[in-house]
Amino acid sequence: MEPVALNGVKVAESPDGIEGAGFFATSLDKAVGMARKNSIWPLPFATSCCGIEFMATMGSHYDLARFGSERLSFSPRQADLLMVMGTIAKKMGPILRQVYEQMAEPRWVLSVGACASSGGIFDTYSVLQGIDRIIPVDVYVPGCPPRPEQIIDGILNIQKLVENESLRRRDSAEYKAMLNKYGIE
Amino acid sequence: MENTETEDRIVTLLKEKFTEDFISSETPYQFLTIHLRPANIISIIRFLYTQEKFQYLTTLCGIHYPELKSISVMYQLHNLVENKRIRLKIFLPEGKPEVDTLTTVFPAANWMERETYDFYGVTFKGHPNLKRILNVEDMIMFPMRKEFPLEDQTREDKNNAMFGR
Repeated sequence: MEPVALNGVKVAESPDGIEGAGFFATSLDKAVGMARKNSIWPLPFATSCCGIEFMATMGSHYDLARFGSERLSFSPRQADLLMVMGTIAKKMGPILRQVYEQMAEPRWVLSVGACASSGGIFDTYSVLQGIDRIIPVDVYVPGCPPRPEQIIDGILNIQKLVENESLRRRDSAEYKAMLNKYGIE
Repeated sequence: MENTETEDRIVTLLKEKFTEDFISSETPYQFLTIHLRPANIISIIRFLYTQEKFQYLTTLCGIHYPELKSISVMYQLHNLVENKRIRLKIFLPEGKPEVDTLTTVFPAANWMERETYDFYGVTFKGHPNLKRILNVEDMIMFPMRKEFPLEDQTREDKNNAMFGR
């Protein structure tokens, strides 16, 4: 179905379904997926220059609000998406992990930039060589630092995952096994 | 460059008063540097503090000399009255780097000694709280020592061919 324009405001695309006079039927998965996709609350975990690019992404020029993510959640308990932007020192590792553990399911993780994804140029004793060593990551954004367009591309990829995720995924044995691999209960 | 009169006087003074501990002196980049044996380093610094007004500890740090099999501790003192600086260097054995704490003279040495312990493993005897200050507490190495490789050995994405080696 085409997006409907109401007073010039573009509304979200509705999922596939059966439509008739006065009713519209679709599966719960799809309806929930659409709602979640367009209201992701990100928690910015910004430690260095990628965080500056993120500020540009949130600003009026690139405007992440266009994708329903303008409401930053500075408490992990209400956040849907953990955006890790910047170098994570080994000493910061346990804190990042605690933030992830405090987030409620369903939760997603976006790793922005070379440092968060692999340690980047900081191949040294004090820097964590990629956050995927301590928490699961859904989407990686390459770049040093990535431009706001790339960060937006990462968010759009997160949206795809959010939209198509089965409602039962987080209860599955595979998901629990995956978390256990990281030592998260 | 020639030493100034004050510098010559300090070198002579230390040579006379602490003959046993004095090794050599040099003035690289106009900065008087005195090499000493570690046994009485604290008494020497206390002497400089009381007699020569070196009452400010600019910095203190470790240096690893693998070719000398030695871990060195370097002290920089500043005489704020006459604006004179001095650098003292002691050499400790690589296997067991131990020296008395300077916190008895300069309380400011506390964190500097913790840092030196953290990165070089120098034990400062009598330090009130000698534990790691910057690195993670469960680290098992002293990362600034040359025997530890610069790069993280657990990294998988680095292909040596791409780095020409």
